[in-house]
Amino acid sequence: MSVAPVEAISIGASAGAVQALLRILPALPADYPIPLFIVVHVPPDRSNALVSLFAAKCQIAVREAEDKEPILPSTVYFAPSDYHLLVEADRSLSLSMDEPVNHSRPAIDVLLESAADAYGPALAAIVLTGANHDGAAGLKAVCAAGGTAIVQDFADAQVATMPEAALTACPSARVMTLDDLIPYLLTLAAT
Amino acid sequence: MDAALVPDGPMQNGVEDIEIQLLLEALYQRYHYDFRHYARASIKRRLLQARSQLGFASFSAMQDHLLHDPATLPRLLNYLTVQVSEMFRDPSYFRALREKVIPHLRTYPSLKVWVAGCSHGEELYSLSILFREEGLDQRTLFYATDINPDALRAAEAGVYPLEQIRKFTENHQKSGARSSLSDYYTADYGRAVFDKSLRSQVVFSDHSLVTDAVFAEMHLISCRNVLIYFDRALQDRALGLFRDSLARKGFLGLGSKESLRFSAHAPAFADFVREEKIYQRQDV
Repeated sequence: MSVAPVEAISIGASAGAVQALLRILPALPADYPIPLFIVVHVPPDRSNALVSLFAAKCQIAVREAEDKEPILPSTVYFAPSDYHLLVEADRSLSLSMDEPVNHSRPAIDVLLESAADAYGPALAAIVLTGANHDGAAGLKAVCAAGGTAIVQDFADAQVATMPEAALTACPSARVMTLDDLIPYLLTLAAT
Repeated sequence: MDAALVPDGPMQNGVEDIEIQLLLEALYQRYHYDFRHYARASIKRRLLQARSQLGFASFSAMQDHLLHDPATLPRLLNYLTVQVSEMFRDPSYFRALREKVIPHLRTYPSLKVWVAGCSHGEELYSLSILFREEGLDQRTLFYATDINPDALRAAEAGVYPLEQIRKFTENHQKSGARSSLSDYYTADYGRAVFDKSLRSQVVFSDHSLVTDAVFAEMHLISCRNVLIYFDRALQDRALGLFRDSLARKGFLGLGSKESLRFSAHAPAFADFVREEKIYQRQDV
């Protein structure tokens, strides 16, 4: 367990993302204090659908991240489709049109590396189900910055490739099922 | 030195952040390229990529080369500035220009259009084609500006990989095209070479939204996905420059995720096509 209290949570998910996130996010109360930044691989033009889908099912506020907006507590920020989402050291969000990373824009690595830089040991990062290797380099950066790294249990993941790659890159990461993850996230808020 | 006194982890980042700050300062003082107010997370990613691909062990080593060997500058600039775009990217933006903005522009005897941060020219050629389709090309002067001389040369050449043409064509059609994109280019050894008549009324020029000033009075400014790379202070500077460059009731088009919402200059602009981030200059 990391010593510093967790001030932000970053999640990356790809194939099987929606089902996995539908287990986790609706379990968070409206006043869950920690902001969450989420990258889901979706084809261009789909991200508004994600936001409205989750907003309808969650108590916590769900928004599409806007460029240069200050990070608020009790809010889930989804990366817009076709933009990378980055976290700035001054605790604001920024977007970029830089080239795809791991063939993805948004890319999980871009989010996790910038969030690791901004939050250091106060970041918890989670790599969920997916069929590619995005998030592995990002999770490694999270570990290097002293943050808490978590990957989804392979048997629990709809597609295990992504959490497997992330664990290989960051062997100290904790392995959790979605059922473990929900109480864990609630505990983070209590500390 | 006692190794226990040298912390790793976040402190390592601290050193790197200092080095980045110094490198950007060196770039500014030596060459007057000012990236100091670019959004830091992105610029750091690009610098890390440049450091690794240009083979420098540290940003300090890179800074040393940059200061003493001007040949390092263009190599570094290509990491810091070049954006790959598409022609008619976000077709609905061009459709909105065509259907809602062009009818206003038609009422002027002569027009000036500024593509700010034109990169390789995809947006410029898109607008040039659109204005020709709408019969306004003869009375329009375009300004295409960028800070990167290599990008400006590429924009002036108007040559794109042939494999991009399918996407460009699809976008063009969705924008409400009145012609075929193939009317405007010739295929040549895997490249699409765009007709030079599309740039007969274009001024290509070095101009920085960070350090340069107003240079003409514009009827339309299109600056998409440039401001997201700036911090808020710099976004404000650029938006002030656009405000001062626009004619009364002139138009400003931003990227689909850019907005004036956080800007001090918001009162100078009114939503014109809200969902496409097209604004109109107001008298204030």
